Amino acid sequence: MLQQAFNGLVGGAFYALLALGLSVIFGMLRVVNFAHGSFYMLGAFGAYVLLDSLGLNFWVALVTVPLLLGAAGMLVERVFVRRLTRLDPLYGFLFTFGLALILQDAVKHRYGVQSQPYPRPSALSGSLDLGLFDYPAYQVFVLAVSLLTCAATWLILTRTRVGTIVRAATERPELTRALGIDVGRWVAPVFGFGVALAGLAGVLAAPMRAVNPLMGADLIITVFAVVVIGGLGSIFGSVTAGFAIGLITALGDLYVPALSQTLVFVVMAAVLLWRPAGLFGREEAAL
Amino acid sequence: MLRIEDLSAWYGEARVLNDVSLEIAEGEIVTLVGRNGAGKTTLLRCVMGLHATGGARATGTIEFLGTALTRLPAHRRTRCGLGYVPDDRGIYATLTVEENLTLPPAVGPRPWPLGQIYETFPRLRERRRSPGTKLSGGEQQMLALARVLRMGARLLLCDEPTEGLSPLIVQQIGAILRDVKDQGVTVLLVEQNIHFAATVADRHHLLAEGRIVRSLGNDEVRAREHELLEHLGI
Repeated sequence: MLQQAFNGLVGGAFYALLALGLSVIFGMLRVVNFAHGSFYMLGAFGAYVLLDSLGLNFWVALVTVPLLLGAAGMLVERVFVRRLTRLDPLYGFLFTFGLALILQDAVKHRYGVQSQPYPRPSALSGSLDLGLFDYPAYQVFVLAVSLLTCAATWLILTRTRVGTIVRAATERPELTRALGIDVGRWVAPVFGFGVALAGLAGVLAAPMRAVNPLMGADLIITVFAVVVIGGLGSIFGSVTAGFAIGLITALGDLYVPALSQTLVFVVMAAVLLWRPAGLFGREEAAL
Repeated sequence: MLRIEDLSAWYGEARVLNDVSLEIAEGEIVTLVGRNGAGKTTLLRCVMGLHATGGARATGTIEFLGTALTRLPAHRRTRCGLGYVPDDRGIYATLTVEENLTLPPAVGPRPWPLGQIYETFPRLRERRRSPGTKLSGGEQQMLALARVLRMGARLLLCDEPTEGLSPLIVQQIGAILRDVKDQGVTVLLVEQNIHFAATVADRHHLLAEGRIVRSLGNDEVRAREHELLEHLGI
């Protein structure tokens, strides 16, 4: 059971990274990024392509793929998303949903739907003695990277000048402009940062999950539920809910396997009945 | 310093400002008085460049220190030396008091250092780590004023800074406004409390249905206080 709980936390590490990126993007842009799962999938494929065609190993991919995807995200924001923010939010949904389908089908077209193999990095191929049980070293590494990334994001948001600006622009975009801050300048970097987090999660997933074009679509539905449970736009909420949902689904698999696919939505419904804005969300004031 | 000419503004089809023209010289405190819905807040928002989204649009000329503001985005206008104190005080809940103070950049030649802000507003120093909206209404108003002083703004646009506050705090706000005037700061003040307005301002414009219907000096405001109060419906 303890081991299953640990599996849950590792699964939660992916939810948390993805939910964190979605939350940061939604907070600043008010755009629900349906393409987030596709960027996660691209992260995994990026690692695969680097290894398969260029012979670059996992550690190179871990650094370069998120950076490249982050840059691509900034470009997407500059060229497309920026033009939509003045329109009805529906256009943002449609665009990111369409982008998700395009990216997914493009990869499907090139690599087919079967899963691509990706080896574990040799340094992390063994297992660690965690006292009560042995656990694959790679999974421990994933959990550590996710926790560190979430903590670093939290520190950036709460302790740095950029973080203050992002929080201010998230809460009151118009007022923040009236106080002399060029909010528009920070939008693309924030979008790129969120996309980079999805890419990082994708690279981390490559050695332990099936690398295929649908891996993002399968995961992102749960991640949306995680973000809603944590409270849309709440950074702390999405990370906490990410790990919690990972834990709950893993234990659900163990005790009520029949419910394992629906459990997260049952939890979401219960949380929304109890707190309509999510666990850590604030009721949306007028924008 | 600030010159507004033939300013008109609309929300969708509804016209809320009608060819308003006014001028403010450096170091003056000028008020806009008028009933709710007369267009006072809209006028400030037009100057700040905030009357531009949704169905809002405006025409006319706004010049500040010789720079035409009309075509500039909001943040560039502010950087010309404007300090905005919005009607809801504009305090961030997710920022601490100190972050609220230090968020905006310096926009004028003489921004107040944080130390001077805390000397003038000791309560803000005590609460500097609290979230901005945990302060009382009066403290939040002080914070909003302190913030534009820290920016070193040369023209303050204050939207009803005394609304809903106790007489003691209203007095303090009056003292602060007179103080900054002595330092050469200019103020455009939206105010319903004409009694207070007459104690701090040099001139007053009465706004009704989007037009300036009368401009008055302090003596006139005092002499016609009853008539004005009746007009304002207070």
